[in-house]
Parts: sequence; structure tokens; C-alpha cells
Amino acid sequence: MWSIVHKMGSPPWFYRFANGAIAWLLPIVLVALVVGCVWGLLVAPPDYRQGNSYRIIFIHVPAAVVALAGYYVMATAGLMSIVWKIKMADTAMRALAPVGAALTFVALVTGSIWGKPTWGAWWVWDARITSMLILLFLYLGVMALSEAFDNKAAAAKACAVLSLVGTVNIPIIYKSVDWWYSLHQPASIKFTGESAIDASMLYPLLLMIVAFYGLFALCVLLRMRTELLTTHRQTSWLRSELS
Amino acid sequence: MLPEAGAFLRYQGRRHLQVALRRPSDIVGPLIFFLMVITLFPIGLGPDPTVLAALAPGILWVVALLSSLVVSGRLFQADFEDGTLEQLVLSPHPLAISAMVEVLCHWLLSGVLLALASPAFAVLLNMPSRAIPVLMTSLALGTLCLSLIGAVAASLTVALRRGGVLLSLLSIPLTVPVLIFGTAAVREAALGYDPSSWLALLGALAAGGCVLAPFAIAAGLRISLEA
Amino acid sequence: MYFETWSAVWHMEGHGPYVWAAYSITALIILFLVVSPWLRGRQLTRDIRYDEQRRAAVSTASGENHAPET
Repeated sequence: MWSIVHKMGSPPWFYRFANGAIAWLLPIVLVALVVGCVWGLLVAPPDYRQGNSYRIIFIHVPAAVVALAGYYVMATAGLMSIVWKIKMADTAMRALAPVGAALTFVALVTGSIWGKPTWGAWWVWDARITSMLILLFLYLGVMALSEAFDNKAAAAKACAVLSLVGTVNIPIIYKSVDWWYSLHQPASIKFTGESAIDASMLYPLLLMIVAFYGLFALCVLLRMRTELLTTHRQTSWLRSELS
Repeated sequence: MLPEAGAFLRYQGRRHLQVALRRPSDIVGPLIFFLMVITLFPIGLGPDPTVLAALAPGILWVVALLSSLVVSGRLFQADFEDGTLEQLVLSPHPLAISAMVEVLCHWLLSGVLLALASPAFAVLLNMPSRAIPVLMTSLALGTLCLSLIGAVAASLTVALRRGGVLLSLLSIPLTVPVLIFGTAAVREAALGYDPSSWLALLGALAAGGCVLAPFAIAAGLRISLEA
Repeated sequence: MYFETWSAVWHMEGHGPYVWAAYSITALIILFLVVSPWLRGRQLTRDIRYDEQRRAAVSTASGENHAPET
């Protein structure tokens, strides 16, 4: 395993790896997304309480899950950058932040649209959406910090420290927002109630979650490859690779 | 730890306090800022005492958070500009502990003073007086957490040109749990219930912060100085 | 298939606008996330290949005679 991590740290190796991975990820993710959407939109039955609006779950939940996981991946990349000084980890962090932020935004927008027919308001400060909003702020902070430094190496290290601090805080933030929400809500109404999800809805949801993970990897690899093309433009290995 | 470490830390703490006390406007300024912003709320929301009393815990805490952001920006600025920070980083004493001393002195002159002055502001917002001791305790513990979080963000942004706004951007998401626990404690006390579980959570955040934050601060300072 | 007609799919028993708005916004964002770096990558590879060709042309030209490239 260690040798793979070592290889990934080398730009030429990673470039070839990324090209290969993108080539087979793209069709798989596309198929998975299409099948999942068709299944969720057309085949699965409507929800007993919410009717057809619940179908938004098939994009809202995968986006939210992947956005949260993505932050941890970004922090891990930061850890590898600071502790083992792997340069590709810097590139990974720079690619992960915007993709994660975009998916968090998707989760927020779809959650908001879902809320309108369900609870009558475009925005409801419930525990999960509030936590998602704070996750978006955490991502935006990493992106802003990265832009603010002139020195790229220092920027990467600073973002690594920030994302590690954020990682420690995410469980605390999540739990405290959960408690905050239960403090201010009468016990009878539970907006994000846990109800057992039927198998006919669970399977398309699982497929979409897997598809979104693949999509996340695809977007990050594409961005990393583009950055390699930009920064290593003058190197001989890239020139020979392309001609 | 080097044998002179204790003496060095005492010297460092004393120096920080002496330098800060030489400019009383830097210490009183944030308190006046707090007062003025508190005044904006009745002006904006209307003077109805029951409304203000209901909103008082939240208002007091949010404004305390904003004050803490304002002063955090200045935490390492002066030392960075005159080279003292570089000396601190290069010294053989552990940077994490030196950073902790800086933050503690800073907290003594900002957060603790705020906590002590808070009864006056609570009266302005018609908060029930039985909640005032809890308000002071929660602010004392909470501003320690806020100072630590602000110091982490300050250590990462001290070398940047327009680091002020960025510092707020980075700090605010991390301060949400402190805000939640602090306001919950004060609100429970205002309603006559027992706030001790919320205060315990605040204490836990402060304790955890004191242990972990200094390492992040030290790392941030090193990164800023090499930038 | 749960729905009987395409019209039913569009209207989704009144929730149509919400579901389709959510799915289309998501699709647009995802499309942007995938297409933007891919297009940029294509542009860059094209630029690098063009540079390489020019460089090769210059070196062969200067190898034959020492006249500078205009």
C-alpha cells in the first residue's frame, strides 16, 4: 500500500493514472447516474406522506453524504501534505475544495426546494440543513485561504492546518446544532424524523450515493489533471507524454 | 523543557500585559464597540422590553462573538510587524506553549473584561437578573474558546495583506458550538431552569481547545512566517 | 413504471415544478463541474502539442542551416 502512495506522489505516474481512471470512470458514472435517476424519478412509488416531492431525496442525500465525506478526504490530503510532504496532496486539496463546496451547495439548494412543498417554506432552520450550511462555510474558508496566499506552498500548508482544524470541529458542530434544534422545537414536530425507508426507495438511493461518489472522484481527478497540465507544462515528461 | 522555560514564559506574559496596558484604548475600545452594537438592537428591533428580554441571551452572545473577532485580528499583528514573532518562533522554547501564553494574556484583557462588564449590558436589554451570574460565567468560558479559535485563524492570516475579513470567515463556522452552548446556558437560566449541563459543555470546549489549539496556532505561525 | 403518461411524469401530481427544478439545477452544476476542467485540459494538451511541434520544427530548421527562424 505504501508503494502506491509513493507512486501517486509522482506527477508523471499520477498523470497516467488519472487519464486511465477518468477513461473508465466517465462511462460508469454516467450510466449509474442515468439508471439511478430513471429509477428514482419514474419507477419508485411516491411517498405515503410527501407524495412525489420526496424524489428529490435521490440527489439531495447523495450530494450531502459525498460533500461531508469529501471534507474528510480533503483533510486527509492536507495531513499527507504536511506530514509526509507529498506535493500531489497539495494538488488534491486544491481540487477537492471547489468540488466539495459545489456539492454542498447542491445539497442546500435541493434541500430548500424539497422543503417548500413539504413544510411550506423555502428555508427551514432544521439541524441537518444548518449543519450543511456551516459545512459550506468551512469549504469556502479553505478556498478563500488558498487564494489569499501568494506563495503556493505556504497556501497549501495553511489550508491543510485549516481543514484539519475543521475536521476536528465537524462532529462538535453537528452535535451542537442537533441539540440547538431540539431546544427550539416543540417535541411533537420533528422535521427530520427518522422513518424506516422502504426497499423500493432504498435501492435507488444507494445506487445514487455510489454514483455521486464516482462523480466526485471523476471531478477531482479532472481538476488535478488540469492542474498538472498547467504547472508541469515545461517539463520533458509531459511533453513526451503528449507527443 | 529548558530550565529557564518557566522564567521565559513569565517574562513573556508580563511583557504582553505591560505592552497592552500601555494603550488602554485598545482594551476599552472593544468594550465600547460591544456597548454600541448592543444599542443597535433596540433601535433596530423596537424598544418593547419583553421582546428584548426574550432575545437578550442571543444578542449578547452574538455581539460578544463579533467583538472577539475584532480583537483577534490584532493578536499577532504587532508582534509580526516588529519581528518579535520571528524571535518567538526561532527561540528554543516550545512555540505551542508561548502561543498559549499569548492567547491567555489576550483573553484576560478582552474576554474576561467583557464577562465582568456584561451585567451592565444585560440590564440594557432587560434580561432577568437571575441569569446574570450564568451570563458572566458563560461569557468567561466562551470567550476563552473564542480567543483560541480566533488565535488559530489569526496565526494563519497574520502574514496576509487583507487578512481581517478572511479571519472572520475562517473563525465564524468554528465558533458555532460555542455560541449554541453559551446562549442555551443563559436562556435556561433566564427561564429559571438549571444551566449546568450547558456550562459543562462550554467548559469541555474550553478544556479541549486549550489542549489542541496551541499546536494549530504554532503550526499556523510557522507557516505565516515562512510565507 | 409508476407513472402512466409523460404528462403525469411532467406534473408529478402537483410536485412537478419542484422535482424538475431540483434535478435540473443539480444537472447544470454537475455538468459544469465535469465539463469545465475537461475542456480546459483539452485546450492545454492542444497548446502543449502545438508548442512541441514548433519546437521540433525550429530544431530541425537550425540543424540544417543556421538561419534564424522568423
